[in-house]
Amino acid sequence: MRSIVVCVKAVPDPDQAGKIRIDPVTKTLTRHDIPLVVNPLDRNALEVALRIKEKDDAHITILSMGPPAAGNVVKECLALGADQGILLTDVAFSGADAYATALTISEAVKKLGRIDCVLCGRASSDGATEWVGPELAIFLGFPVVTMVRAIEDAGSEYWKVKADIEDGLRVVEVKMPAVFTVTHEVNKPRILSFSGIIKSRKKEITTWNLSDLGLPREQVGLKGSPTIVSSMTMIESKRSCEIIEGTQDEKADILINKLAAAGVLR
Amino acid sequence: MIDFTFTEEQELFRKAAREFTETQIAPLVPKMEETSRDWDPAIKALGDAEMMAITIPEEYGGLGLGYVERLIALEEIARVSVATAMMMQVGGLGIAPIIIFGSEEQKKKYLPGLASGKHFATVAVTEPSGGSDPKGCSTTYRKQDNSYILNGRKCFITNSHIADVLVVMALDEENPDSFSTFIVEKGMQGFKPTHEEHKIGMRGCNTGEIELKDCAVPGENILGDEGKGMRVAMTVISDVGRGGMVGCSLGLHQACLDVAIKFANERILYGKPISDLQAIQMKLADIKIDLEAGRLLGYRAASTQDAGGRSGNEFAVAKYFTSEAAQRAAKMAADIHGGYGCMEEFAVTRYVRDSFVLGPSAGTSDIMKVIIARWVLA
Repeated sequence: MRSIVVCVKAVPDPDQAGKIRIDPVTKTLTRHDIPLVVNPLDRNALEVALRIKEKDDAHITILSMGPPAAGNVVKECLALGADQGILLTDVAFSGADAYATALTISEAVKKLGRIDCVLCGRASSDGATEWVGPELAIFLGFPVVTMVRAIEDAGSEYWKVKADIEDGLRVVEVKMPAVFTVTHEVNKPRILSFSGIIKSRKKEITTWNLSDLGLPREQVGLKGSPTIVSSMTMIESKRSCEIIEGTQDEKADILINKLAAAGVLR
Repeated sequence: MIDFTFTEEQELFRKAAREFTETQIAPLVPKMEETSRDWDPAIKALGDAEMMAITIPEEYGGLGLGYVERLIALEEIARVSVATAMMMQVGGLGIAPIIIFGSEEQKKKYLPGLASGKHFATVAVTEPSGGSDPKGCSTTYRKQDNSYILNGRKCFITNSHIADVLVVMALDEENPDSFSTFIVEKGMQGFKPTHEEHKIGMRGCNTGEIELKDCAVPGENILGDEGKGMRVAMTVISDVGRGGMVGCSLGLHQACLDVAIKFANERILYGKPISDLQAIQMKLADIKIDLEAGRLLGYRAASTQDAGGRSGNEFAVAKYFTSEAAQRAAKMAADIHGGYGCMEEFAVTRYVRDSFVLGPSAGTSDIMKVIIARWVLA
């Protein structure tokens, strides 16, 4: 049976992103009471795994690093059909950048033993660095394909995938085990079901902390992070309205010129 | 100390119901509104999503969950489509008497199909003479060989034309004090759905009349003991029916609050959103206060029901309060919309219409007060 790891991040509900503010003093995000949800693209990654499981049988492990509250998000993935959940949680992990996150997750993947595939969403809806997947692959010594939009063949030794690149697509055949980061085009994730939630009652969520992973304290969390956020700024989107006068052709020309000047048309 | 929080699992059920509603039901609403029909996709979606299986025991193919979970699901569905929630709630009203009063054979025969969504159910008690005076029932039955012959007409029946299994109450032709309930199947000779109603709201929710003309029901389809049909009907209407209407009301109420907040934040007047105006804030606060109070009443009653306690009176209070509060909420939400609250492209107009159908279903507010008065005077 194949063993698939899906990396999942608990993020503030993107539907309530409007409530997020930047603390002017600490320069951190204040999330108020916005609930944590599964990062949307990670649900696409899980859906890839679930479809493989339905077709060829597979064991799906959810791996998430976050505060204890992220356990709900892992539980949700189990209700969607994953078999096992592991939550990496420790005060020492807090403040981790993408590098320290990937290092920590990679140790957990190694601890799991033989793995055929690691799936991640292309980016998280909050941090959106897109780095964790590729960095994870480096720490694991696995090949990586980012921005996968279609799984053309998920064989046991090789996968053939179609992935986005700048201004085009590429079809890649990859020797497994490998890491893939997926885009929303890869599938339409299934919705939660009541019976799935009931079945998940018997599925376990294991918690691993720093000592379980055996990593030095200075390599994880804020201490192990080579990047720091020096400042954050809210982007203000402002709408304005301008009535264009003239004949139909004149109005079209004016509009094209305005769009070109605004950088919308090239 | 009383714990008023939902369990983590119940929160997940709410999330599941919300995902189902937003992805499967919301796209169906415009067509249901436009035609007042087109209910088939919604009925199929309810079955596929196991919504009809919630309270059916696991041994009959159900999920074996409780009435709190049913209320959660109904609330979430009604938030998007009260019409769909209404069909689901009355479908559950047809299922409950089979669970509570059905024989083992009846449970095995009907519940798996109802749980899977292959079949849909309803209850038929109301007649042209009214629904709140069930003793005025003029649909009759008589025994003939191994069957019961039913004659009469039922009206304002939700799911009248789509139900495959109907729990029908009738009066013994020879004994004016003896009511019995029967499981009638669509397709039985003498059974016919007739007139379809066109309601002010909950458009796309099937409501109509059924005719029973020398309808021969097999003897084994009597539900509960002969002559005890009033107890069957009243038990399910008071607990399951009113509980269901609480779900419909709470969902609609939340929808009213959602659109009112959205509009108030977007509508600019005097150079700022009208949500900055205290007059609007007072309305939003009133809607929220009623919603919180209604939730406490509704979930308290459902929780009592799940614990095996008597919940009929508590549901009467909750049904009265939540259906009245939803109407108030719809009116205030429409008021906040100003002129836009009269334009049909704004959902709030649908909520106003839908709110008027909440009252009479499973007993009017006046009937709820009669029940509550009996309770306090007992």
